[in-house]
Amino acid sequence: MEMAVTALTWVLLMAGAFFLLTGALGMVRLPDVFTRMHAAGMTDTMGAGLILAGLLVHTLAGGGDLAAVPVRLLLILGFLWFTSPIATHATAKAALSGGVRPFTLAGEGSGAREPAPGEAFSAGQSGEREGGATS
Amino acid sequence: MNRALWLWGILFALWLLLSGHFETLFIVFGLVTCTVAVWVSVRMGVVDRESMPVHLLGRAVAYVPWLVWEVFKSNVRVARIILSPRMRLDPSIVHFRASQATDLGRFIYANSITLTPGTVTTGVTGDDMEVHAIVQSEIDGSEENDMNRRVAVLEGKDPK
Repeated sequence: MEMAVTALTWVLLMAGAFFLLTGALGMVRLPDVFTRMHAAGMTDTMGAGLILAGLLVHTLAGGGDLAAVPVRLLLILGFLWFTSPIATHATAKAALSGGVRPFTLAGEGSGAREPAPGEAFSAGQSGEREGGATS
Repeated sequence: MNRALWLWGILFALWLLLSGHFETLFIVFGLVTCTVAVWVSVRMGVVDRESMPVHLLGRAVAYVPWLVWEVFKSNVRVARIILSPRMRLDPSIVHFRASQATDLGRFIYANSITLTPGTVTTGVTGDDMEVHAIVQSEIDGSEENDMNRRVAVLEGKDPK
């Protein structure tokens, strides 16, 4: 029994770590802020969720005060799942209204920020690095 | 009034669970604090259908597990895209029509879309949802229609 609990804890923790790592990899590989947000969403939902689930199994099986740790873990998970989509939405909205054109395969948006009228724009910011990621 | 009682109960349960103290003195402190907090909230007029959506509680029991399963499935889908050597991206902005009657329902729908990786709600105008999708071809609308219908059921509206 104790063996099974330990195994389940490990599986959940490793699965959570896998999603965290994949999300981090996505932050590097994906071409622009909008696609990267989807990778960030993975770390928020499954990465954090599975790790908290693993800790929950561990603390529930360990006995002890139910109020001390498991309830807090559930509260953390609840707050995280309620607030992270709002933060993601705010980021997306800010990027859109800040003039960032989403990267598309057709190539009309490079993922780089459009220069505002009259604003000096250096060549280094022109999104060649980002736009070339999947072409 | 019913909502104020709910708020009081939730606050007091949190007080007990998070403090872990069950001595008389601390319980009396908790009773007084929760009562004052609820009284102030009611006076401010912030205890309403949107801040305390307890009328959704029963139906949320059915919705949340389904949502968690959807989140899991789309996590696996996005992970496969990121881990594949040639990432098959086709990002674009798509539009859905939300059939929820209330702002609260649309809020839940928009947040559910954002919570599932691969789709992020970038804007809501009336019943029009503007959504950024990482792979457009996988968003044929069937899953979003399903979610739309379930959120409409959640808020208590008969699905069309």
